[in-house]
Amino acid sequence: METSLGLLNSAGGGGGGGGGGGTLDKNTAKVEKDYMGMSKEPELELVEKGKGSAWGEYGRILTAKDFPNGFSSGRNAVSAGTKRERASANSVDEGSASSPAVSQVVGWPPIRAYRMNTLFNQAKTSNVEEDKGVGGNENDEQSKKKMNHGNDKNDVVVKERGNVGFVKVNMDGLPIGRKVDLHAHKSYETLAKTLEEMFFKPSLTTRGGKEQSVQPPKLLDGSSDFVLTYEDREGDWMLVGDVPWRMFLNTVKRLRIMRTSEANGLAPKSQDRNEKQNGKPI
Amino acid sequence: MCLFQSIMNYFPEEVLEHVFDFLTSHRDRNAVSLVCKSWYSVERCSREKVFIGNCYAVNPERLIARFPRVRSLTLKGKPHFADFNLVPHDWGGYVYPWIEAMAKNGINLEELRLKRMVVSDESLELLAKSFPNFKSLVLVSCEGFTTDGLAAIASNCRYLRELDLQENEVDDRKGQWLSCFPDSCTSLVSLNFTCLKGEVNVAALERLVARCRNLKSLRLNHAVPLDVLQKILAQAPQLTDLGTGSFISDPDSETCAKLKNIMKKSKSIRTLSGFLDVNPRCLPAVYPVCTNLTSLNLSYAPGIYSTELTKLICHCEKLERLWILDTIGDKGLGVVASTCKELQELRVFPSDFYGVGNAAVTEEGLVAISAGCPKLNSILYFCQQMTNAALITVAKNCPNFIRFRLCTLDATVPDAVTNLPLDEGFGAIVQSCKGLKRLSISGLLTDQVFLYIGMYAEQLEMLSIAFAGDSDKGMLYVLNGCKKLKKLEIRDCPFGNAALLADVGKYETMRSLWMSSCEVTFGACKTLAEKMPRLNVEVFNEGEQIDGSPDGRHRVEKMYLYRTLVGPRSDAPDFVWTL
Repeated sequence: METSLGLLNSAGGGGGGGGGGGTLDKNTAKVEKDYMGMSKEPELELVEKGKGSAWGEYGRILTAKDFPNGFSSGRNAVSAGTKRERASANSVDEGSASSPAVSQVVGWPPIRAYRMNTLFNQAKTSNVEEDKGVGGNENDEQSKKKMNHGNDKNDVVVKERGNVGFVKVNMDGLPIGRKVDLHAHKSYETLAKTLEEMFFKPSLTTRGGKEQSVQPPKLLDGSSDFVLTYEDREGDWMLVGDVPWRMFLNTVKRLRIMRTSEANGLAPKSQDRNEKQNGKPI
Repeated sequence: MCLFQSIMNYFPEEVLEHVFDFLTSHRDRNAVSLVCKSWYSVERCSREKVFIGNCYAVNPERLIARFPRVRSLTLKGKPHFADFNLVPHDWGGYVYPWIEAMAKNGINLEELRLKRMVVSDESLELLAKSFPNFKSLVLVSCEGFTTDGLAAIASNCRYLRELDLQENEVDDRKGQWLSCFPDSCTSLVSLNFTCLKGEVNVAALERLVARCRNLKSLRLNHAVPLDVLQKILAQAPQLTDLGTGSFISDPDSETCAKLKNIMKKSKSIRTLSGFLDVNPRCLPAVYPVCTNLTSLNLSYAPGIYSTELTKLICHCEKLERLWILDTIGDKGLGVVASTCKELQELRVFPSDFYGVGNAAVTEEGLVAISAGCPKLNSILYFCQQMTNAALITVAKNCPNFIRFRLCTLDATVPDAVTNLPLDEGFGAIVQSCKGLKRLSISGLLTDQVFLYIGMYAEQLEMLSIAFAGDSDKGMLYVLNGCKKLKKLEIRDCPFGNAALLADVGKYETMRSLWMSSCEVTFGACKTLAEKMPRLNVEVFNEGEQIDGSPDGRHRVEKMYLYRTLVGPRSDAPDFVWTL
């Protein structure tokens, strides 16, 4: 029987940002911070302004908002200045009326597209820029090809860096762990794919690379019994996929494929997000 | 003719020319051109550096006709809001016609600096082959080219000194562009390829650095690993500006130790950037250069957390310019304030905008900086929240602002304490900072803030407004009050036809006006265009075909108008209608 990792919701990169489309309720008191430095905000009302489509259509990495039932504990929440995960799990918990989709204003906050792409879109394979961005579709093809080539070079580079890129991966129920070289990957997708191949034997249907339609997408959206988590520099266990790839690389110490049932509170997310975000096969 | 003029005319032209040589700013040279005909003539024939702030204000033919000896050309293309995806792709801003015209007319081009323009590989190839003395190419926020174009530059420009690519979208073709620099190329002074996403041939890079003894500025991309950086630095102790590639290694490794030693010897480095990929535990290797740094850009280093950031900054007492991410936090800004007493320019960029950021900075950080850094004159600050009280304090502490840009992550957030609009805060800024030239405002704002701006911002040249104001009065205060206004860009404000049409002559004194998602109608734009033939009034509604004559009462989604000497442009795409 095939199981696959419940890793990420969407293959998209992080361009879905542009926070600031929200409007706080006028009656909102000053934001309190609890002892963890977490903001305790009352219900946020995300007001859709302007078109928002180009911004919102940017593929994005799965974030905590895709787990409407919240995280297991407050430990996972952010302390100011050191974590970049979305503490907005809280806001969602409070039953915000807004949909999980981050409705953003196009071009706000005003951050250069280059900066957005560099810092927040590393995990993307398909850069859905439509006619707003630069380069359009040609760039997608190029960047995909580049990523394939890039992996070869990375093997050489890794040796020079020593063991920095290799982290342990353990899976619940398996006594023996594996090691995976994070620097050989440029995105969550490729990492997920590698881990799946490592831990779950491929099913009878052999995939010829291009034919992916037979398989459910790897980057899972809830049909799996497992989620991928990691331990960060501060010793906390976090859900993989919230932060941009680069930040993840800088903070991850080891990985754990956890049973969904054990990741208390982590509910499987909805299927829809997955649809348009999943990139074309590499 | 006055006495002065007749005396000046007594001197032969060569003398005038020699005097004009001392005028380097294009504004000064523009001014002397207006004195009299002979000065105009002498000036135009001797001008070597030309700055064109809007490439569609003139055309290549006029440039060449007026300035036949031009050697250095600076061109800006798309409107500023193109940076934020507000301008449709294919809007324009092509450099090719300029290069083509200069090539045809035998211009001895040595330097080309472009911002927000579309640069094709063909343009780069033509550039590389047409100008034997070409020395310097600087591309900022451009697009349309690939590494093949760079290969052409590297191969053909024998005396290339500067290749500076800043924040461009470049298609990486996996070619070996860096290897295209011939062995005979030893002239490089500045090489910046940070924005390239692909691999480079590191062996070729090392050889290039080794033979370019005059190399002062080197900014690598993330594909260059740490051990290569160390080798390069060993070859180039004369570097003054360094952008690291990948800064990842085992901190206990020999590589890191070697790097630290080299850094100790790199006494000339004054500018540092990079760290896109970083192992923060390797950062102590750069502490030795921190003491002499005047410029530090860590705004692309999301992997460096607040504590490591502040540890690093503690060593940087001579810092004059600092670009960082808001991961530094208010506390970290406090450290900056107490350490960097020479600070003139600060930019704090957002690190997380997936939602309500919690790594963001607040008004506290800004106040701390203003209190601790008396020389501060330029700031770009993305923040979670702001208060009038804080802005008033900042205004008192820092009356010397030339550029003040504040971006609240939530575009219409009110004063975090009083819930009032931020009018008074920004009012204090414009009142106190008499030399303010550039201003961006955000947060909850009414017409009142524009009253203040119109009243006090006498030197203001560029103003950016979003989601602000209540009525046409707001815009009118600005248009009537800011006599030196050059660029006005407005989005999502309730400004309409009355404001647009109140003083049409004003726009000829400005470079450009951008209005998007406002209340301006098609009919008003048309009226404006008819009254002012020396303005191009461009209107674009995305996704809509502008066919026939749209209803005059139809609201215009985006309007961009600019003064021009050459009428409507011929390269406008279908969705752009020049009225």
